[in-house]
Amino acid sequence: MTTAGAQNRSAGKDIAVYGCLVALAAIQFFIAYQDITASQMFVRMLIVAIIEAAVALLFFMHLWENRGLKWFVMIFTVSVILGMQYGWTDSFRLSNGVPWAK
Amino acid sequence: MAMWLFIIADSATFAGCLVAYGFIRNATANWPRPFHGITNVALMTAILLTSSLTMMFAVRHAEAGDKAKAFRWTLITAVCGIMFAALHLREWFGMIGEGATLFHNPWGTPLFSSLFFSITGLHLLHVTGGVLALLAVGFRYRGGRYNADDLEITGLYWHFVDLVWMFVVPLVYLLNLAH
Repeated sequence: MTTAGAQNRSAGKDIAVYGCLVALAAIQFFIAYQDITASQMFVRMLIVAIIEAAVALLFFMHLWENRGLKWFVMIFTVSVILGMQYGWTDSFRLSNGVPWAK
Repeated sequence: MAMWLFIIADSATFAGCLVAYGFIRNATANWPRPFHGITNVALMTAILLTSSLTMMFAVRHAEAGDKAKAFRWTLITAVCGIMFAALHLREWFGMIGEGATLFHNPWGTPLFSSLFFSITGLHLLHVTGGVLALLAVGFRYRGGRYNADDLEITGLYWHFVDLVWMFVVPLVYLLNLAH
């Protein structure tokens, strides 16, 4: 494949990823006008935001192409979250889901 | 690797802010919902998402060795960032005009304004820093002092700023829409 051809293919992929992100953002705005409770809205929007972030991370930030880095970021992030949840002395606050101890 | 470590550390900062916001919002009775329209935030989101695409184009052209096009797309990305910041400031001044400040909120609990200005302010600070970085790296790349890798690293930061906005919009704006 020529350099120009490869570049066109990359640009096509980037535009497809961009279209995906715009569609996901539009879904978030659509959810905002649904007649549902705030907690249901929160969960749905958060799921869409996580998918959006994953798409951006994998394709715009090239995590997909770098296997070693992908695993490093995944393991490091999960370790930090688990450390905050179970190792941090105030972690009971996260477990109880309230901003102060009960 | 250094940029990735920075991104992970900065993610923890934003995650801390947003989790704290979530807890406080849940624990506060009669949380205000002052936003009546989505036009401004939708436009800001569209601009920021588009800037990620233009940044990708800049990186692709830099990888292909096309300096002029890479520089042009980097500048377009910076302009998108400036437009985003301008819209953000317009919104801020609108809210300040209605009486909202860091310590006062005309719609109820002052915590709303404190959190709104803190979280969006932190993000705006990142956007401003990103625009400055894009301009600095872009000009130095054109001048031959920086290479395609430097542009790609700046691009990583810019995508991260976009990524954070994907969480700020639903939590800070859309959940507080007046129905």
